[in-house]
Amino acid sequence: MRDVAIIGVKNTKFGELWEESLRDIVVEAGIGAIEDAGASGKEIDALYVGNMSGGRFVDQEHIGALIADYSGLSKNLHIPATRVEAACASGGLALRQAIMSVASGYSDIVVAAGAEKMTDVGSEEASSALAAAADREWEGMAGATFPGLYAMIAKLHMHRYGTTSEQLAEVAVKNHKNGSFNPIAQYKNIITVDDVLNSIMVADPLHIFDCSPITDGASALVLAPADIAHKYTDTPIYIKATAQASDTIALHDRRDITTLDATVVAAKRAYSMAKLKPKDIDLVEVHDCFTIAEICAIEDLGFAEKGKGGIVTANGETAIGGRIPVNTSGGLKACGHPVGATGIKQAVEVVTQLRGDAGKRQVAGAKYGMTHNVGGSGATAVIHIFSRER
Amino acid sequence: MSSVPRFWRNLGSRYNLEGTRCKECGEYFYPPRNVCVNCRRSGQIEPFKFKGTGEIVTYTLIHTAAEGFESQAPYTLAIIKLDEGPSLTSQVVGDPEKMHIGMRVKSIFRKLGEGGDRGMIYYGTKFTPADT
Ligand SMILES: [Zn+2]
Repeated sequence: MRDVAIIGVKNTKFGELWEESLRDIVVEAGIGAIEDAGASGKEIDALYVGNMSGGRFVDQEHIGALIADYSGLSKNLHIPATRVEAACASGGLALRQAIMSVASGYSDIVVAAGAEKMTDVGSEEASSALAAAADREWEGMAGATFPGLYAMIAKLHMHRYGTTSEQLAEVAVKNHKNGSFNPIAQYKNIITVDDVLNSIMVADPLHIFDCSPITDGASALVLAPADIAHKYTDTPIYIKATAQASDTIALHDRRDITTLDATVVAAKRAYSMAKLKPKDIDLVEVHDCFTIAEICAIEDLGFAEKGKGGIVTANGETAIGGRIPVNTSGGLKACGHPVGATGIKQAVEVVTQLRGDAGKRQVAGAKYGMTHNVGGSGATAVIHIFSRER
Repeated sequence: MSSVPRFWRNLGSRYNLEGTRCKECGEYFYPPRNVCVNCRRSGQIEPFKFKGTGEIVTYTLIHTAAEGFESQAPYTLAIIKLDEGPSLTSQVVGDPEKMHIGMRVKSIFRKLGEGGDRGMIYYGTKFTPADT
């Protein structure tokens, strides 16, 4: 297998993009990433696009073909385009398919994109579409919502480890602060622990400010074999590991409700592939769809002992400048969570950090970065490790 | 919320807590599975009716209801571990203030939800504190 590098990145603005369609935003991201790489459309061998639910959100399937067409890659070039779906992990999984395509030698220059246009439907319909990532027949039909599932994780985490609502709120406070330094973030406002605790209760103990928002946005990456990456850029960022793991679709069937075994196993595979340990990682973008999800993630990835995620967060160890900066982009919470784009956006953030281009949110001297993208309540986990050096 | 066939297909399971059991390794499954997670193709699956008693593993009080459940909000949703072993997701009927992790519960027959194009009402199993 060949080593793979990322040579181009681009995020659109994240937020409620009323005036733009799904195809507009993903084309903006794709063309932007190709420009950033200094590549031409003709050189592209394949396109992978993560998208969770075009059918529910914009009444459009066949997203791969649509995106290739409006990126100018279809009518004359006929470049293969594949949509990848794993709920909220669709983006991370699209990146993984792109890496495997380049590593195998089947393709050289590949675009990995992700996009979701969620605000064309009302928030109730959007919530219902998102709930389809859980087990519709045995969770949804009992009245489960996504916040409800993560609330049950939080409730048991609090009961077992003494995690508090204030500690959960600290996750949101930190991520809003990080988001305030990210030009593309949906929310750039600073919030306080009290703001979170005083916001309306969605599913006890999760308040609305414990939840990631509904967002439009697209992100794209351009990948190349490491051997030719320097032809395109002075700062290629190398893939050290790509790993994926599955778990039961329903939360109630898990070995342990407060541990995402898919994350634990994917992380183990990723660390082994990269020959690295948690202490080697300089920053991580984790899947904070809810504040409790970030706490479980830093535990399951090995950055905090099980049960100590809340304390570690409240101590500032996950802030920029702390022991292990988490979600410098603002995370899903503040940067926004266009579900199909999130896994790609996480990679764009890590590449930006490792290039040293992250401005006010830069992690000084960052050498290794990680992304962690989750589908549903933990049935899919996709983890990547990136390095400044080959 | 859900299509009509999607609901009626599992009617026995939803009304009577009918699941399955693997004769090979002895593990019980609810919701029912046709492939044993331990033995896979060498498993021997048979129907099994659960007693309907168990305890709350974790729970939440849902304020922002799922589609089709708006009239029931706020409602308690829980993961319940049945005495035979498997866990399921269900509403728990009763005073939200009294819910707690480890609480003993038993199954009851109740309206589950409503919705869909035809305004269907769905019935099935919920749980209630066992001592009431
Ligand atoms: Zn078996």
